[in-house]
Amino acid sequence: MTEIIVVTSGKGGVGKTTSSASLATGIAQQGKKVAVIDFDVGLRNLDLIMGCERRVVYDFVNVIHGEASLKQALIKDKRVETLFVLAASQTRDKDALTQEGVERVLDELAKEGFDYVICDSPAGIEKGAHLAMYFADRAVVVVNPEVSSVRDSDRILGLLASKTRRSERGDGGVPGHLLLTRYHPARVEAGEMLSLQDVEELLGIPVVGVIPESDGVLTASNTGVPVILDESSNAGQAYADTVVRLLGEPRPIRFLDAPKKGFFKRVFGS
Amino acid sequence: MGILDFLRSRREPPAAKAKERLRIIVAQERANRGGPDYLPLMRNELLAVIRKYVHVDLDAIDIHLERNGEHDVLELSVALPDGKGGG
Ligand SMILES: Nc1ncnc2c1ncn2[C@@H]1O[C@H](COP(=O)(O)OP(=O)(O)O)[C@@H](O)[C@H]1O
Ligand SMILES: [Mg+2]
Repeated sequence: MTEIIVVTSGKGGVGKTTSSASLATGIAQQGKKVAVIDFDVGLRNLDLIMGCERRVVYDFVNVIHGEASLKQALIKDKRVETLFVLAASQTRDKDALTQEGVERVLDELAKEGFDYVICDSPAGIEKGAHLAMYFADRAVVVVNPEVSSVRDSDRILGLLASKTRRSERGDGGVPGHLLLTRYHPARVEAGEMLSLQDVEELLGIPVVGVIPESDGVLTASNTGVPVILDESSNAGQAYADTVVRLLGEPRPIRFLDAPKKGFFKRVFGS
Repeated sequence: MGILDFLRSRREPPAAKAKERLRIIVAQERANRGGPDYLPLMRNELLAVIRKYVHVDLDAIDIHLERNGEHDVLELSVALPDGKGGG
């Protein structure tokens, strides 16, 4: 059985691509066969975050249009044996993705024995975002502790419940988990930022992970290595915990408390 | 807004204010979800009519569509300000 997981949010720049890359890598590290697909047609980025940008020959749209086979377009990851990337096309044609085309690719991935397909959604609620979530079995809703991100996420939760294959079949929509990213414990403690509890309460769905704001993410994107592979970074460790929870095992949430300031820092400031 | 309210609102942590605003807007958008697109516009026009008679806030009016089997029921409720409900 192939499980299709969409990583979505409504708002742009909240960490969908960062999360898709790390979650796909982490699940594959557990021995599962994983394909991660960039649905952001016209704004390809997942290839850069995965560090395979120079190996893109064919893309998702080429496969949909029959210009390449799926096998030709899937880029095999160099670090994790069972991980494959399908890049977005750089075409400006908004209708390049079709529902039938996406369905055909997903069916073929299932036939090829993939355990998981991770769909990295574009921002917005237009066609690309719609198709990324339409066939999903589960959703990871990426949200930042910030008003516009929370509101947009609620909008996305509404679409997952009503505009997906599961909802049209009467299966009750696509179940979602929250992934809270760019979390800043010190600012939460100072009352400047919404807390995990606030966001969970407002959106009313379970949290699958909290990823702290971390310099490691920038380093990771600079070098083209998903941050989950950086075991020294908080964000990397938080993504590793999230993978374990996504695969069904409970694990306590870490990095919720601000590092305690030492005496000198308290007296003389940071 | 009185001076006390002003001082109080200045002391309220920004995150608490964000949460309160989100609580209201999310509830409102959920209530309208799945309803026809004209609902928000109709809500504003109804509000304009109501305001000719009583002064109420935009968030004192709650309008949503209830699905009851075959029938759709449009529910409208207005929280009237104290002492002005008698008409
Ligand atoms: N936990 C984090 N800490 C610091 N920066 C982050 C974190 N998560 C994402 N970012 C940064 O935020 C920006 C947007 O991330 P990205 O994954 O491209 O978002 P999206 O795909 O939702 O548009 C990038 O510059 C990324 O490096
Ligand atoms: Mg992205």
